[in-house]
Amino acid sequence: MGSTSAHNDEGLGRRDLMKRSAALGLISVPTMSFLSACATGGGGGEKGPKAAGGEKTAKNPLGVKQGAPLEAFIFKGGLGDQYAKDAEADFKATYGAEVKHTGTQQVGPKLTPRFAGGNPPDVIDNSGADHLDMNKLSTQGQLQDLGVLLDAASMDDPAKKVRDTIHPSTIEKGMHGDKFDVLYYAFTIYGTWYSQKLLESKGWAYPKTLDEMVTLCGEIKKAGIAPWTYAGKYPYYVHFNLFAQIAKIGGMEGWIAIDNLEPNAWTKSDAVKQVVEHYEELAAKKYFLEGSQGLTHIQSQTAWNKGKAVFIPNGSWVENEAAPTTPSDFGMAVGALFDGSGDKMPHGTLRAEPSEPYLVSAKGKNPIGGMEMLRIMLSKKHAQNFATKVKSLTCVMDATEGMQLSPGLASASKVFKEAGTNLISLQLQEWYPALTDEKIGGLTGQLLTGELKAADWIKKTQEECDKVAKDSSVAKFKRTA
Amino acid sequence: MQHGKYRFIVGFLALPLIIYAIFVISPFVQAFQISMTDWSGLVGTAQFVGLDNFEKLWDSDDFWNALRHNIYMLALVPVVTLGLGLFFAFMLNVGGRRRKNEVVTGVAGSKLYKFVFFFPQVISITIIAVIWFNIYNPDPQDGMLNSLLGAVGLDSLQNSWLGEKSLALWCISAVMVWGHVGFYVVLFSAAMASIPRDIYEAALLDGANRFHTFFKITLPLLWDTVQTGWVYMGIIALDAFALVQIMSVNMGGPDGATDVMPLRLYLTAFRDSQFGYASAMGIAMLIVTMTFAVLTMRFARRERIEY
Repeated sequence: MGSTSAHNDEGLGRRDLMKRSAALGLISVPTMSFLSACATGGGGGEKGPKAAGGEKTAKNPLGVKQGAPLEAFIFKGGLGDQYAKDAEADFKATYGAEVKHTGTQQVGPKLTPRFAGGNPPDVIDNSGADHLDMNKLSTQGQLQDLGVLLDAASMDDPAKKVRDTIHPSTIEKGMHGDKFDVLYYAFTIYGTWYSQKLLESKGWAYPKTLDEMVTLCGEIKKAGIAPWTYAGKYPYYVHFNLFAQIAKIGGMEGWIAIDNLEPNAWTKSDAVKQVVEHYEELAAKKYFLEGSQGLTHIQSQTAWNKGKAVFIPNGSWVENEAAPTTPSDFGMAVGALFDGSGDKMPHGTLRAEPSEPYLVSAKGKNPIGGMEMLRIMLSKKHAQNFATKVKSLTCVMDATEGMQLSPGLASASKVFKEAGTNLISLQLQEWYPALTDEKIGGLTGQLLTGELKAADWIKKTQEECDKVAKDSSVAKFKRTA
Repeated sequence: MQHGKYRFIVGFLALPLIIYAIFVISPFVQAFQISMTDWSGLVGTAQFVGLDNFEKLWDSDDFWNALRHNIYMLALVPVVTLGLGLFFAFMLNVGGRRRKNEVVTGVAGSKLYKFVFFFPQVISITIIAVIWFNIYNPDPQDGMLNSLLGAVGLDSLQNSWLGEKSLALWCISAVMVWGHVGFYVVLFSAAMASIPRDIYEAALLDGANRFHTFFKITLPLLWDTVQTGWVYMGIIALDAFALVQIMSVNMGGPDGATDVMPLRLYLTAFRDSQFGYASAMGIAMLIVTMTFAVLTMRFARRERIEY
């Protein structure tokens, strides 16, 4: 109980005051120097030599040292972490080394202090909502240059370099400036996901154009089903389609201006107007499952699995993530982007992108071992293991050739083949997650509930991008292709 | 015995003081130091930037927005929580009908109610947030609140709750009240038990009703406890981190409608890797919290009633 009687507080005389301040001084003087040592100490300088490499041989092109321990930190989300454990087991068997594995959903909060302390783990799968800022890590010299890995011989064919076995966009996407330091291991097919069985049973066909989509939505609504649902708790899921649709209609050149945060990149584009107005129309006609704005990704996927809604914007990890609630004859399928008017890219264009960013710490104890672990993961054996375990493609080309694929993955591979070279890859979310997820995401949430008109969405999005462009504390990146 | 008194005191206090200095005072001082750097939190070095971070904070609409939400909660949540706590505690201890041999009693079944009220206090805040997130699920069949409204024919009141810009902050505040009322019921019950029964007896003989006994006897005699509870509850309202982080859509959304200072700090530090700027936020929060505590203590001061 707090004492509130007046004389207690006023009893502090001058002598007492002086004694107290002297005591405070005694405490604070030594702590100050102690503190300045603390905040900026640790991890500043190089801490002795890194684990010396072993001998380079044909079987061991990177020169991994036998018995040198390895530590792996793997994001355990929609894809789980078993596939990484399998690769670790091979590493352990080959090099007789201890492998310490951590599976977590909180990569960022757990690893920030370790980077600051100069003691990061060797391999990191930096994914999920709480991932580390890769721009900062890269610009501050914390990431191992993976160029060595690209030039090493591949596991399956010593005559081939790793560089030639993976999809070229993987290399493009993993660059920060001139340095390739992020390996996006998985290959995600983004798009509009639906149940083939539901469409067939109602006699509906997957629409080709934005207008056909709106028409079909009208029919779907008449049948008493919601045409769309989405993860309102994470509105950036909608961007998987919305952003890609803009790039398809307006062409990659227009989108690159957006990625590069150029002035008026959003406002001057007709494609942006076309696409955002399409979403405004869907919202105005109430084509979204009621309450979607409050659903998590899991809840929206479950509603979709139950047949409450027909379409959902998502990535190919959804098959694995939604597996517990998916009926066995659901016939999960994904469709390519819709045509607008005056499109710069042909029908069938798809957003297909490397995902699941793997990092190797430059200041870790065993960076060579970390790269070797990635080389093992990039083998055909582990790429196929990944496809089987988590129903997703990897960046390893043609690894799933001849395999029996699950429905969603088979559909994803099919649209991927059909798209040929017409692939879209976006950087905005990767480079500026705070901008896309929080700011633009907030606007998109309002757009889909009908509280924000398309014109306002475009105007405010441009303002948010301009703010980031001006903010010197955010590292900027440019792309040309 | 005066001789050696100080040596004796110092001998006892040195160790705890050192531990306190390292683990309590030093992080505070360190936060000041870090707030004047551009430390990213990812490497061991940082540049001194003076008061830049504070300037940036002053110009940040996001932080003012978050602060405003904390102030809304500060104005509402403690009043409602303590008000309900007092009301329930009074009913459980004093508000019952008069029975034989007892001057003042609680309403029937008060022991059970005490248990029920206290129950949320033993559940972790994370679990409370997850439970309530599911209660607020907008689906008319899966969401408990919406299906309940549907079942009693109040379909028109069904809402997307946490997805609704004008409701989300109040939905989260309601959970905060729900989670803390029980503690105050128990706290106030304990304080009420120490009020001498003969005071009530005298008042009742003079013909006082429940209303009078509450405002003329119970509340004045509980004032110290209420004041402590007020400060404590105010600090909780200035935090609200866990609830907002778990429950709100789009991390403080929709469109920033539920953003609070600690969430802003967390995102700045761990998502944007700007520890220097985040430390400046921490100091701003310290100032707001201290100001609140000092003002409360200053203006709520009353002469203590001895009994």
